[in-house]
Amino acid sequence: MTWETVIGLEIHVQLATNSKIFSGASTRFGAQPNTQACAVDLAMPGVLPVLNKQAISHALTFGLAINAEIGLHSTFDRKNYFYPDLPKGYQITQFQHPIVGRGSVEVILEDGSHINVGITRAHLEEDAGKSVHENMPGLTGIDLNRAGTPLLEIVSEPDMHSAQQAVAYFKKMHALVKYLRICDGNLNEGSMRCDANVSIRKSGDTTLGVRTEIKNLNSFRFLEKAINYEIERQIELLESGQKIQQATLLYDADRNETRPMRSKETSEDYRYFPDPDLLPILITQADIDVLKKLTPELPDQRRLRFQETLALSEYDANWLTADPDIADYYEATVEQCNNTKLSANWVMGELSAVLNRQELPITSAPITAKQLGQIISKIADDTISGKIAKQIFDDITRQADPSVDVNEFIKQNGLTQMNDESQINDIVDQTILANPDQVQQFRDGKHKVMGYLVGQVMKQSQGKANPKQVSEMLTAKLKTQP
Amino acid sequence: MNPYASLQMLRNELDSRALSSVELTQMYLTRINKLDAEFNCFITLAEEKAMFQAEQADAQIAAGQGGALTGIPMAHKDIFLTQGIRTSCASRMLDKFIAPYDSTVAKKLNHAGMVCLGKTNMDEFAMGSSNENSYYGSTKNPWNTEHVPGGSSGGSAAAVAAALVPVTTGTDTGGSIRQPAAFCGVSGIKPTYGRVSRYGMIAFASSLDQGGVLAHSTADMALMLSAMGGFDAQDSTSADQSMEDILALTRDSEGFALSGKKITIGLPKEYLQNLTNAELEAVYQNVQSVFSGQGIEFRDVSLPHTHVAVPTYYVLASAEASTNLSRYDGVRYGHRCESPKNLEDLYVRSRSEGFGEEVKRRILTGTYTLSVGYYDAYYVQAQKVRRLIANDFTKVFSEVDLLMTPTTPSPAFKIGQLSKDPVEMYHQDVFTIPASLAGLPSMSIPCGMQEGLPLGLQLIAPHFKEALLLKIGNLFQQHTDWHTQYPETGQNL
Amino acid sequence: MPKMIIELEDLKNLARLAKIHLEPDAEENSKTDLNRIMQMIAEMQSVDTSDIQPMANPLDAVQRLRLDKVTESDHREEFLSLTDHAQHGFYTVPRVIE
Repeated sequence: MTWETVIGLEIHVQLATNSKIFSGASTRFGAQPNTQACAVDLAMPGVLPVLNKQAISHALTFGLAINAEIGLHSTFDRKNYFYPDLPKGYQITQFQHPIVGRGSVEVILEDGSHINVGITRAHLEEDAGKSVHENMPGLTGIDLNRAGTPLLEIVSEPDMHSAQQAVAYFKKMHALVKYLRICDGNLNEGSMRCDANVSIRKSGDTTLGVRTEIKNLNSFRFLEKAINYEIERQIELLESGQKIQQATLLYDADRNETRPMRSKETSEDYRYFPDPDLLPILITQADIDVLKKLTPELPDQRRLRFQETLALSEYDANWLTADPDIADYYEATVEQCNNTKLSANWVMGELSAVLNRQELPITSAPITAKQLGQIISKIADDTISGKIAKQIFDDITRQADPSVDVNEFIKQNGLTQMNDESQINDIVDQTILANPDQVQQFRDGKHKVMGYLVGQVMKQSQGKANPKQVSEMLTAKLKTQP
Repeated sequence: MNPYASLQMLRNELDSRALSSVELTQMYLTRINKLDAEFNCFITLAEEKAMFQAEQADAQIAAGQGGALTGIPMAHKDIFLTQGIRTSCASRMLDKFIAPYDSTVAKKLNHAGMVCLGKTNMDEFAMGSSNENSYYGSTKNPWNTEHVPGGSSGGSAAAVAAALVPVTTGTDTGGSIRQPAAFCGVSGIKPTYGRVSRYGMIAFASSLDQGGVLAHSTADMALMLSAMGGFDAQDSTSADQSMEDILALTRDSEGFALSGKKITIGLPKEYLQNLTNAELEAVYQNVQSVFSGQGIEFRDVSLPHTHVAVPTYYVLASAEASTNLSRYDGVRYGHRCESPKNLEDLYVRSRSEGFGEEVKRRILTGTYTLSVGYYDAYYVQAQKVRRLIANDFTKVFSEVDLLMTPTTPSPAFKIGQLSKDPVEMYHQDVFTIPASLAGLPSMSIPCGMQEGLPLGLQLIAPHFKEALLLKIGNLFQQHTDWHTQYPETGQNL
Repeated sequence: MPKMIIELEDLKNLARLAKIHLEPDAEENSKTDLNRIMQMIAEMQSVDTSDIQPMANPLDAVQRLRLDKVTESDHREEFLSLTDHAQHGFYTVPRVIE
């Protein structure tokens, strides 16, 4: 029997605002516990919410970017449940009339194929606080700094059919919100989290199977592993004749398994109703027109530009535009060296490897775009060899000093490629004299031996000779000289 | 000094230095200390802070920087947060809650230089019509201490009636200013929804709650309202409306004069047809003749959805209250049970111990009407009926300037008389609830007596026409003396 | 039309949702009261409200928006002083494990 996987994601995006969605407290990450929880965030008696304009603008910007229907009369509702990280005993969210309605995004997968993922809706809501368990035996500590941080919850249609597709979609949304500058995209600070709804059905079935919801996944890798684990678990259950129980699950990364959340009660009745402390939000066409003008270049547009004007492949262009900071870095590198293909190779290759190794975002790269561009320029004009370039790249990234001028560095360390013909000529002549056997072999037609001879010249020149030039010179000499 | 003096008289005394604010404050504090053991109007007295404010007020007056209210004592219903002073909402839940900030109303009246003597008794979380639902015990009606003062602003009404304080704040969700004003023989105004900021006013039902005033006269209420009202950016439901016509009332003695325009008052037939109180009917006739004598015309009008106002109100108010009160969970402030076994135990015991019976009843009612499967039939239907009720008013206000009704079907009932029957108790607010649902400004002023207990006259105006309401009320008070009749208790101390 | 009678089981469910404990000897009274209240409320259901928009706010006003500015400063110690149950700057509750 073959099975089909059906996945839908709910992505929670923390909107980039200075203050909270309903209060004037700061949203800055990493403050001491409860120092950024004001009377409104703490749900003191008598306090009232007042809506942050920036949260509305961000939500609309997102809606326009995915060509969604905009809710011209959206409203806020109360979702009622008790939990210590939810001080009011209800979350202010949008249940009946979300600010962003139906839309869709196109996602390019690793193998180059495209899928369309429908967006059901995106709505504004407030984030909850955080619970901590360390250093408090028998107790849970509550930090309400995060309570009231604006969230945009983006709900997708169940349009994905593998963990890879879900990850590609999550990455696409990550790129989009960063491009739109509505979220800082810092996954490790929880700026984007997602819940995955996973179900399995027999291939060809049209009705959906019973789904489980894996909560609070905050990395691409965990999303992929959690979904794959859950798919296997569900298939195993079904193949052994058992049924799937609808459940809310948590993914345990240490054990690579999903398990039911203990704290959530089953079939909770949230008693949604319009929040009487807040009034309907009226969006006018004029508001929309203003935001449309302010919308920056989107990832798809930038990808096409990279393909068309920088002559990159779709794969490279997609890779480089997935993160606006990477795309910016890439463009700055190209501006320095004017070589689109080499720049792409270096950013996607060496630079990306260093960043992964050091777990750094590109904005903290240990080499500036200018420095990398300078290195690439020197490769392109044959001043240095690829090998030397790698050596320079390693040195520069080790120093991580943006003030280092690469040209000076090359000069000071004598790394310039030997383009002086007479100097190379001498080494070539010495090499010919020192290797009579190999020379003879070449003259007998065994041209493969050329590699060895070039290697010897390079070795003598300590890698500074231009291998192309060496090869040409050797060939000329061996063919003409007796 | 006559403790029943008007705010204008007190102003004159203070400005002429015949009396200092400190002396005035001491006079009222003395009255409270001697009389309030009997009436139980106050939950918390803030004597020290009051004396400090009075001294500051005297300094301001001496420096010629005093305003119309500088140095005049007042008291807040214990639903308004007052920084550094316990704000209990008459609940065990908040028995130890020292307010960490000032409500907008408290801030504004502090700014006006008023002296806050303390916090007045009320029904717990403003849920009640008799003041019997207070954790601190019932307030007694100064006209007859076997009777209730009404509710929920019962402490505020009784305190003014017994002249323990010249003026008080109150809040009105379905009649909580007007009904106690009527029962205690004082004047009370509930402004248009959104006129007075709700920030720092503990929420009962957010779409209905409105702060207001209880005082001896319309003139005193105008002064208070001009200082309390106005737009507040911290309350999303606050109305961005000019206060100019209310301010104009307080500016000079001619402020209350009616311009030449003919005034027509509508008499809604639905309010009167089931009235079985013959004495009240006679009083009501008398009121009409007073107004007729001043050239005011009357017209019979119909508000056909009046009979469903009470059920509609209880659906909306209970639903909103049920979730407004979820924040009282024992975690960050308020009552917390001893040694909870687990989180669930902490929630359930803290709330069950902290809330009184009526509060629990309304939370359960509201929880029920918002439940899956019942939401459309109850909450949405109530919101629709609410619009029909509001539309009734809009329609009649195209024909008449104001509406006039009795404030309550009968004078103050006895303590304990209705406390076993919640539904009967709810119907006490039958005349005040419709205007609340429509968000209309509405006022009760004393208009007669029945068996030694006061009766109230309710006037209702279109949105933001508080000035007209106060002018018509003032006209009545200039030609009658019901508002200057006081209970015997404590008149001469 | 929803069912009009609240049974004991319904009452218990409501109490569970509202985090309120009813003493067993008070349950019967609560049930009677609630049923009387719901009976009163039922009057409202006879009103024809087809084509009527629900009224959420008596002024039918729209939401005002606040500029995105930080206006609040740290008052943690004042707020924490309102409870006896705080440690290291955190509010504390009995252990909750997810």
